[in-house]
Amino acid sequence: MDDLLREFITETNESLDVVDVELVKFEQEPNNATILDNIFRLVHTIKGTCGFLGLPRLEGIAHAAETLMGKFRDGAPVTQEAVSLILTSIDRIKDILGELEAAGGDEPEGDDSELIGELEAMSAKADEAMNGAGAETSETEEAVSADAEQEAEASEPDQTLERPLRPGEVSLDELEKAFQETEVEGDAVAAAPEPAAETAKAKTAPADEKGSEQKKSANKSGGSVSNQSIRVAVDTLEHLMTMVSELVLTRNQLLEIVRRHEDSEFKVPLQRLSNVTAELQEGVMATRMQPIGNAWQKLPRIVRDLSQELEKPIELEMIGADTELDRQVLELIKDPLTHMVRNSADHGLETPAERRAAGKAEKGTITLAAYHEGGHIIIEVRDDGKGLDVEKIKSKVLERGLATEAEFDKMTDAQIHKFIFAAGFSTAAEVTSVSGRGVGMDVVRNNIELIGGTVDLRSTQGKGTSFIIKIPLTLAIVSTLIVEAGGDRFAIPQLSVVELVRVQTNSEHRIERIKDTPVLRLRNKLLPLVHMSQLLGVQSAEQADEAFDADNGFIVVMQVGSQTFGVVVDGVFHTEEIVVKPMSTMLRNLTMFSGNTILGDGSVIMIIDPNGVASAMASHASSAVAEQSEEEAEELQSKATSAQTAISLLLFRAGAPEPKAVPLSLVTRLEEFEVSKIERSNGRDLVQYRGALMPLVYVNEGDQHKTEGTQPMLVFSDSGRSMGLVVDEIVDIVEDRMNIEVGSERPGILGSAVIKERATEIIDLGFYLPQAFEDWFMRKEMDIEALTKKVLFVDDSPFFRNMLTPVLKAAGYDVTTCNGPADAFELLENGSTYHAIVSDIEMPDINGFEFCETLRRDPRFRQIPILALSAMVTPASIERGRQAGFDDYVAKFDRPGLIAALKDVFSGELGVAA
Amino acid sequence: MTMLENNIQTSGDMIQYVTVVIGGQLFGLPISQVHDVFVPESVTRVPLSAPEVAGVLNLRGRIVTAIDMRRRLHLPPLEEGQMMAVGIEYKQESYGLVIDTVGEVLTLPAASSEANPSNLDKRWAEISGGVHRLDGKLMVILDVDRLLGAMFTEPMVAA
Repeated sequence: MDDLLREFITETNESLDVVDVELVKFEQEPNNATILDNIFRLVHTIKGTCGFLGLPRLEGIAHAAETLMGKFRDGAPVTQEAVSLILTSIDRIKDILGELEAAGGDEPEGDDSELIGELEAMSAKADEAMNGAGAETSETEEAVSADAEQEAEASEPDQTLERPLRPGEVSLDELEKAFQETEVEGDAVAAAPEPAAETAKAKTAPADEKGSEQKKSANKSGGSVSNQSIRVAVDTLEHLMTMVSELVLTRNQLLEIVRRHEDSEFKVPLQRLSNVTAELQEGVMATRMQPIGNAWQKLPRIVRDLSQELEKPIELEMIGADTELDRQVLELIKDPLTHMVRNSADHGLETPAERRAAGKAEKGTITLAAYHEGGHIIIEVRDDGKGLDVEKIKSKVLERGLATEAEFDKMTDAQIHKFIFAAGFSTAAEVTSVSGRGVGMDVVRNNIELIGGTVDLRSTQGKGTSFIIKIPLTLAIVSTLIVEAGGDRFAIPQLSVVELVRVQTNSEHRIERIKDTPVLRLRNKLLPLVHMSQLLGVQSAEQADEAFDADNGFIVVMQVGSQTFGVVVDGVFHTEEIVVKPMSTMLRNLTMFSGNTILGDGSVIMIIDPNGVASAMASHASSAVAEQSEEEAEELQSKATSAQTAISLLLFRAGAPEPKAVPLSLVTRLEEFEVSKIERSNGRDLVQYRGALMPLVYVNEGDQHKTEGTQPMLVFSDSGRSMGLVVDEIVDIVEDRMNIEVGSERPGILGSAVIKERATEIIDLGFYLPQAFEDWFMRKEMDIEALTKKVLFVDDSPFFRNMLTPVLKAAGYDVTTCNGPADAFELLENGSTYHAIVSDIEMPDINGFEFCETLRRDPRFRQIPILALSAMVTPASIERGRQAGFDDYVAKFDRPGLIAALKDVFSGELGVAA
Repeated sequence: MTMLENNIQTSGDMIQYVTVVIGGQLFGLPISQVHDVFVPESVTRVPLSAPEVAGVLNLRGRIVTAIDMRRRLHLPPLEEGQMMAVGIEYKQESYGLVIDTVGEVLTLPAASSEANPSNLDKRWAEISGGVHRLDGKLMVILDVDRLLGAMFTEPMVAA
C-alpha cells in the first residue's frame, strides 16, 4: 500500500467519524447551515480523493450521498429517513475502507447500486418536496432558481466542463467557494468555546478538531494558516515511551549509587539529568494523552440509532470531554463505555409512555461525565431512568443460584445491586438486539479491572442509575508502596492502599482473633486481616500466625471495590514510581501479580494485583466479616467471646414468686383460656384446644389453676399433640445469655441463671412433656421402630443436652449424649455405632469443626452423617462447616430445623439404599 | 525425528552447539538460540509460580524469567559453587536457563545425532531433541521449544 493511500485511509476514517457526529447534530438542528456545510465539505473531499486514487465504488457512494446532501443545502426538508440513509452510506464507506486497508489497497468487489438507487430516489423525493414547497412560496423558489442561475453563470465563463453537471454535483468554482467559507467557519468555531458552557465543550471538542482539519484542507488549497500539528505513528510514540521508561529506571539506579557515595562529583550533573529526565518523561506522557472525548465520539451516533430502534427519545449529554488520559487506557475503556451507554439506553431508560406515567420528561437523558480526582480519572455514566429493580435482581440471583434468600436478608440494596456485575447475569426480561445477552456487566467490570480500575454503581428506584468508573491516568507509570513479607519485597499499587497501620500489642491497634481469623479493630470497624506471606504461599498459616504475634508488623489497609481488608506485612520501605513491565507469559496465570518491574537498586520486584488479593480474601473464610455492618461485626465479636450467645427467653411466674424461664423458641404459643373452659376428666385438667383435648400440666405438683378470670399458659406442640403448661403470669421476653450457674437437683428445673439481673429458674421441658402424654417420647419409637436411628449428640453445655435430647427423642431417635468430642471419640472407638452425629460447634478443647474433620479423616466414620449445631450462624461459618465435612448446619434454637435436617439426612440415605 | 531437524537444515549439515553441564550431564543448545551467558544474581523469587521457576532477574534492563534446570530435570539442587545461566529468547520473551557450568562451542554434523533412547527418563525425554555421541561422553540436545512450551501448558502449582 503506498503512503498516499495510507494517508487517505487514516484521514478519511477521521473525517467519517466527524461526519457521524455532525449528522446526528444536523438532524436535531436541520436549519444550521454551518453543520451542513461541514458535512458536505467532508463528504465532498472523500469523493474527490476517491476519484483521484481510482476507487470507483467509494466515489459512487460518496457522490450519491453528497447529491442528497446538496438537496438539503438547497432547502429540501431534512427527514429522519434521509439522514438514516446517509448514515447507512457512511457505514458502507467505512466498511469498504476497512476492507481496503485489509486488502492492502485494492478496492473490494461489491455492488452498491441498490444503496445508490435509494440515495437517488431520496434525492428525487427531496426535489419534489422542495418544488412542492416552492410552489406555495414562490419567493423561495425564485431564490433557489436564482441561486441556480447564478451558479450556472458563475461556472460557465470560468471553465468548460467536460460534461454537464450531474444533479447535485458541484462545480469547481463552488468547491473553491466552499473552501473559503470553511476557512472562516473554522475560525468561528475555534472562537466559540470560550462563552460556551461546560456541556457545550463536549460538542466543540470534535469541532475544534475539525477546525484544524479545515485549516489543513485550506492549506492544501493554498491557504496561509501554518500547520501546527504533524501526524506521528503510534508505534513511534510507544517506542519513545519505552525508551523514556528505561531512562527513568536508569536514572533511578544512578541516584541510588550516588546516594551511597556522599560527596560525589557526579551529584550535580546527575541532579540535572534527573530533572531533565523528569521533564522528558512528562513531555512524552503528554503525547500519549488524549481527550476522553475521542472515546466518546461514536456515542452520539450509537445513541441516535438506539433511540430510533427502541423508540425512546434519548438525549446524550457529555461533560468534560476534554479531560485527558492515556491513549492506551482510552482504547481499553472505549468498549466498556459503549456497552454501558447501550445498557443505559436499553435497560435504564423507560419508554416514553412509562416516563409520562412517572411524571418525567418524555425524553430520557444519558449523561457522560469525566473529571480528574487525585491521579485518577472518574467517568460517570448516568441515566435518569427507572433505576435498578432490587426484586428483579433478587429473583434472578436466586434463579442463578448466586446467593440465597437468607443471604439477601443481610444485604443492603447497594450490595444487591452489585450482583449485576456477576458473571452470566442480565436483568432484561427479554433478550433484545441491543443488549441482554448476559455477558454484559461482568465483561465491563473485568475490562475495567484489567486496567487497574474499579467500577461502582448507585441506583435509586425511579430516579435513575449511575455507574462510576475510576481508572488510573496512565498504565505506564504506577506509584507503589514497597513492602517486605517473608523475606521478599513486593510493590503494592498506591491506588488501592487506603492507609498504613502500625501494629503493637500495647498500642490501641492490635490484632485480635475471632477463632483463628485475625481481625483488626479500626475505628469501630472490624477489618479482616491476612498475612501477605500466607497469601502468597511463602509461609504456612502457622508461621504467619507467629508473624502476627511477633509484634512488629504493619497493616496495609487496602480497598478494592467495596471490599476493605488489611494485608499484614513485615516491613514498609518507601513509595516508588515504577514502570510496569508485563510479566512473562509463563507467569501470567498468577492472579496475585499484575506485573513486575526493575527498582532503583536494579533488582526485580513483583507488583501485587489488588484485585487478585481481593478475590483471594473473598475465598478466605473470613471474608463475610468484611461485608457485614458495624453492629453485626460487633455482635459477632461478642458472640465469639462468650461461649454462649444471647437467646430469647420467656420469663414467667408459676407457683412461686421467683421468676422462671424457658427458651422462647421451644414455646409454640402463648394462650389464655377462660377458667370456665378448663374441664376435669379422668383425674386431670384438660382444655379443648383446636378440636382436640389438651392436657394441662402444672409446674409444681399440687398447683391449682386460677378460679376465675383467664388462665395464661404456655402451649408446647409437637406432631399434632399439645400440652399446656399452666403459669401464673407471663412476665417478659428478654434477650439474654443463659449461663446456668447453679445446677438443680429438683426435677423439672435445669438450674438457675442470672437473667435480667435476677436469679431465674430455667425449667426442664423434658420433665413436663411426659406428664402430659406419658408416651410423648415413646410413641414415635413404636411407630417407626424399624427405622429407629441411633443419634449421638455432642454438646458441652448441659443445658442444651437437656433441652435438645427430649426434642430428638420426641422425633423418634435413640439419643446418646456426651459432653465433648473426647467422650464421643471414646464411644466410637469402643465400637458403638450411630446413624448420625449431631455436634455443637463452640466447645472447649476440640471444637466442632476439628471434631468433624477428625471424623472425616477416619475411613470408618467417613460415611456417618454429621450435623453441626451452632449458635453462630453466618454464611462464613456455614461455609466453614461445609469445608469441615458437616452435612448440614443448624441454628441451635431451630428445633424444627434440626429435626428436618436429620430427616433429610436419613431420607437421603434411605433413598440411596433403595 | 524431531522438529529440531528444521533448525539444523538451515546451517547446512553442521550445527554449532553451546554445551552446558547440568548435574554432571552434558547438554547442547543450538548456538542460534543462545543470546548470552551470564551469572544469575539477585534473583527475585516469584511466589505461587511453578517450582521450576527460579525467579525473575534484571539482565541489562530486561526482566528475565529464570528456570532452574536442575529442578526441571528433577535433579538435586547444586550444593556449592557458582551457578551460570544461558539467556534464550522464546516467543519474544527472555528466559534464563540456570545451569551448573557452560562448556565450549562444538560444531557437529546434524546427521550424527540419534533419537532419544527409548528407555530415557520420560521427564528427560520430553525436553531432549536427541543425543550426540562424542568422544567418551554423550551430549543431550536441549529442545528449547519443548522445554518452555511444556511449561506453559503444564498446570501450575498454585496454592
